[in-house]
Amino acid sequence: MKITLKLFASLSLRLPAEARSSHCLELEVDPGTTVLDVILRMGLQSAECAIVLVDGVWVATGDRATKVLEAGQALAIWPPVAGG
Amino acid sequence: MAWTKKVLRVNLTAGTCSTEPLNQQWAQDYLGQRGLATKYLCSEIDPKVDPLAEGNKLIFVTGPLTGTMAATGGRYSVVTKGPLTGAIACSNSGGYFGAELKFAGWDMVIFEGRSAKPVYLLIIDGKAELLDASHLWGTTTWHTEETIKKQHQDPQIRVASIGRAGESGVMYAAIVNDLHRAAGRSGVGAVMGSKNLKAVAVRGTLTDAYQVANPEAFFTAVDAGKAVLAANGVTGVGLPTYGTQVLMNIINELGALPSYNHREAQFEGANAIGGEAMHEKRPTDGKPNLIKNGACFGCTIACGRISRMDPNHFSVKDKPQYHGASGGVEYEAAWALGAANGVSDLEALTYANFLCNEDGYDPISFGATVGAAMELYDLGILTEAEVGLKLTWGSAEALVKLAEWTAVGEGFGKIIGLGSKRLCAKYGRPELSMTVKGQEFPAYDGRGLQGMGLEYATSNRGACHVRGYMVSPEVLGIPVKMEPQATEGKPAMLKAFQDLTAVVDSAGICLFTTFAWGLQDIQPQIQAACEGDWSEERLLLVGERIWNLEREFNLGAGLSKKDDTLPPRLLTEAIKTGPQKGAVCHLDKMLPEYYEVRGWTAEGVPTPATRTRLSL
Repeated sequence: MKITLKLFASLSLRLPAEARSSHCLELEVDPGTTVLDVILRMGLQSAECAIVLVDGVWVATGDRATKVLEAGQALAIWPPVAGG
Repeated sequence: MAWTKKVLRVNLTAGTCSTEPLNQQWAQDYLGQRGLATKYLCSEIDPKVDPLAEGNKLIFVTGPLTGTMAATGGRYSVVTKGPLTGAIACSNSGGYFGAELKFAGWDMVIFEGRSAKPVYLLIIDGKAELLDASHLWGTTTWHTEETIKKQHQDPQIRVASIGRAGESGVMYAAIVNDLHRAAGRSGVGAVMGSKNLKAVAVRGTLTDAYQVANPEAFFTAVDAGKAVLAANGVTGVGLPTYGTQVLMNIINELGALPSYNHREAQFEGANAIGGEAMHEKRPTDGKPNLIKNGACFGCTIACGRISRMDPNHFSVKDKPQYHGASGGVEYEAAWALGAANGVSDLEALTYANFLCNEDGYDPISFGATVGAAMELYDLGILTEAEVGLKLTWGSAEALVKLAEWTAVGEGFGKIIGLGSKRLCAKYGRPELSMTVKGQEFPAYDGRGLQGMGLEYATSNRGACHVRGYMVSPEVLGIPVKMEPQATEGKPAMLKAFQDLTAVVDSAGICLFTTFAWGLQDIQPQIQAACEGDWSEERLLLVGERIWNLEREFNLGAGLSKKDDTLPPRLLTEAIKTGPQKGAVCHLDKMLPEYYEVRGWTAEGVPTPATRTRLSL
């Protein structure tokens, strides 16, 4: 199944060059894939993923290993950032 | 002893400058900056005064940590009664002006009356004098700063001035210092303009005007604080690299990015105007919008954006004065100039932002007012003949032209300069104004983030994000994560944020430190700098006292519970799409509880017990 992975700020450098501007990458994943599975597949450290949203909904650090992604969902990740 | 203990009082009517001792009891009760100036203002003016009349006062004020080694210790505030809202106005700025005022030996400058002709105040250490500003009137803040430095042959003079917007009565005119830092919100520049005061120029060289109470303890506390900022992912890396603008995609993904005058809660052009886009090379000239980050006095975070435009962009093609590096868009400005209107041209936003700095007006209120005007145009209430241009959603050309007109009070820019509330009232659709107490919303949808909705409704200076930044817990998980749509626990959390923010705003440091610092990091610095016992409990009591004093000023000015509300769109029109689809702001659930945790009556008035507890 396909999901959309979005990596922002410094994490976007982990995307293929052609995907960095849009921050989006379509990924083929197996059913049952969790948020943590994708994080590890992309070579990200869990600690550098400060803000993790699935379809705009926050996924707490402790839920990443059990949060199963569904086809068509968007997983968006940021490093520690803030503003105001 | 971190106070200079000196106040400069300037009577613009009489043309006099006099020195008086700082009220030390008030410094103990209100700390400094926002709190201390609010105490002075409340004690000296009738809260019912017309904000633009001679009877209003304008106070430039520093905090005890301003001009010290404390990280970000360069802040100052301008406190007055605001013309946009009729409420208390306190606008905070960075740059180098605040520290320079302290180096010259002054905690605050109180302006009263009105000058018969344009003047500027020149402060050289202990000497202050009012000088003729007729040659500066009608010019920009950039020209004013450059001219004053040349005139007095001192490039280290720091200047805070108004541009043509402040002179022409733009209701959200700002006071700009160091070219692109600003006391930006609530129209403090309009009050300055009403007094015929063009600029405050200051040069400070005193080494003994003040000193911290316990130098050894202060060095230790400051070093510890800086280590915390450096080690924190947000203040050590995130903010210096991407600035506040990194929020654009976050808030958009979350579905709480108000767009098209709050008709929508996501913007299809967000990625084109966000922090990451500022780093990317433009297809037009192969260069990025962002050149580097920048820091204010004493800041170890350095979140500022320094940008250079594409010189071939339509807005600046024949205007070489805008081809150099200058202050780039921060998040709130980029949102207001962009998403609020549907404009996704980053270069056009940057140009409009340059104009806001150059002629001194708030990009948040300006952009949001343009958004309201675009909705009126979309509904056929405003016409091309009336406006003088096609005011269609997303038109970068319209945004640019209105920015130019508003800067100088020309054409329809005069109407845009009145702000969203007066614009929408003038055209018979007051409900389309996205404001609280007359001040425009910043960049978060109060339906998508319930705590922010409550924060907007209760902010003492009208809709504002930096009076109790509930985005921290609701979006960023700082200090704890709260569900955006939850209402439970939000009133108590908001009260804590509001009180802590009042402390930070009164200390002379930047609110952005609180992404890494808690009160336990700030308290030792204040304790070591200031004489007296400044426990965490006492500081929070000071913050609560400040909040309640501001509230009492507003009640005296005629505001009441009826003003602690949101536009009907946020209360009744559900978000149409995205993660927050179906949401309205449940203010009715939160406001009574908020009054209760504040120790106020059901009508929003501090009870006698609360007043006694806070020594009001």
